[in-house]
Amino acid sequence: MAYSDKVIDHYNNPRNVGSFRKDEEGVGTGIVGAPECGDVMKLQIKVENDTIVDAKFKTFGCGSAIASSSLATEWLKGKTLEEASKIKNTDIVQELNLPPVKIHCSVLAEDAIKAALNDYKKKTEATKQDKEQPATTSS
Amino acid sequence: MKLPIYMDNHSTTPCDPRVLEAMLPYFTEKFGNAASRNHSFGWEAEEAVDQARKQIARLIHADPKELVFTSGATESDNLALKGVVEMYREKGDHIITSSTEHRAVIDTAKALEKKGVNVTFLPVDKTGMVNPDDVRQAITDKTILISIMLANNEIGTINPIKEIGKIAKEKGVLFHCDATQGVGKIPVDVQEMGIDLMSFTAHKIYGPKGVGALYVRRKAPRVRLVPLIDGGGHERGMRSGTLPVPLIVGFGKACELCEQEMAVESERIRRMRDRLQEGIMSALEEVYLNGHPTERLPGNLNLSFAFVEGEALLMGVKEIALSSGSACTSATLEPSYVLRALGVGSDLAHSSIRFGLGRFNTEEEVEYTINRIVQAVEHLREMSPLYEMAKEGIDLKSVQWAAH
Repeated sequence: MAYSDKVIDHYNNPRNVGSFRKDEEGVGTGIVGAPECGDVMKLQIKVENDTIVDAKFKTFGCGSAIASSSLATEWLKGKTLEEASKIKNTDIVQELNLPPVKIHCSVLAEDAIKAALNDYKKKTEATKQDKEQPATTSS
Repeated sequence: MKLPIYMDNHSTTPCDPRVLEAMLPYFTEKFGNAASRNHSFGWEAEEAVDQARKQIARLIHADPKELVFTSGATESDNLALKGVVEMYREKGDHIITSSTEHRAVIDTAKALEKKGVNVTFLPVDKTGMVNPDDVRQAITDKTILISIMLANNEIGTINPIKEIGKIAKEKGVLFHCDATQGVGKIPVDVQEMGIDLMSFTAHKIYGPKGVGALYVRRKAPRVRLVPLIDGGGHERGMRSGTLPVPLIVGFGKACELCEQEMAVESERIRRMRDRLQEGIMSALEEVYLNGHPTERLPGNLNLSFAFVEGEALLMGVKEIALSSGSACTSATLEPSYVLRALGVGSDLAHSSIRFGLGRFNTEEEVEYTINRIVQAVEHLREMSPLYEMAKEGIDLKSVQWAAH
């Protein structure tokens, strides 16, 4: 199957490969997929004042899966949490010219974004609670 | 060295220039129909077909009269299974095959299953080999056919055909062997191996695409088949249709070349294959061989690269033609059923690559391939979350994955 130039570019020069420490302040981590299914994406965001200031990914999967997650990190940077939650898999499909058999890669990337956002929200809510109720720290 | 490199010789092979040369006159000046009995054009074509039959028969130690020409191995497999089942239906309704057969056998067997035939799909061991004892135990008084492949197309494992043939003889059951990957690469002797029907094709042995053969034993026992294609009664009535004389001439020449050169060629290919295996496995950790370590086709190498998805790896070495057991492109997302039958986990099945070395590969290409594969695997592991987790000491099997 022939890949689009954009997929090839992301594959050869993936943007923002890497990891933040999961426990770092302001970091949200989303891990989606399963090795048995042939793709696993780890997508992380770093948030300051409700804005994503940095994003990183690591992906086990085909070229389209790598490109989808690489593109997602590019798009996330500079977006507010609200804006980030509106990124749709169809936007990724369009940008990368993914064929029908590869649409699941873009779905996975959208899931990874959502998972990272949720993780960040959970973490910040937990810390807020901790601050309000310092007595019950380890809950 | 010329790019791209072709290293997918299980899939198909280029036509040997000597084969093409032999074929060419039969497209133009020697264009006769081998079934035309009334003029020299027909006689010339018939003579060429007879000559090819001899060349092909010699390679597999058969009688030239025992060959039925088909369009390829898929048709041969269909003819063998469906033809035998229909002919011997009164004797029984059970056939035995294995779970790692080519789709041409598996899907044909499944089609027969829908028509009420009982099919036993034997398991294989972790090297991909069928156990002859399993064959023996699966035979009932209703069994009319055993169909076991000579060598597997993905992992190259060579089955103990001679032992299975012996059991078939003992029990009086017909034995079909899909030898598509083995003929021309390793010695094949239908007498010694006790084979009654055998499928093979020209394009896997540097001949043209579009022609194959089914060996059908004529003596002890005389095998009879109900044809799939009716018509002019060609090929002893088992396969009607005008013979593709140029293709058959090419098939014959290809077999002749294999017979003359197999011993030397297989050794050369095996050495290159071993170098490829050693070169990759010594440079990278967590690379696993799929298939039998020694009982394997000389040109076959099937490796799983942990933490890396096969199709992504192919994309990284796209100037080298290889094949992946990953099924990221298929609608089902199911990886290779052959690797699954060996007990290879889905994760490693998704990470598998098949290298198929052949007549026209060079040592220089092998060295180039080693370097490029190592580079690409390192590049992909660098961005693999699984590799990162494994390095952190996380047992990937213990993780609760959100399967999708």
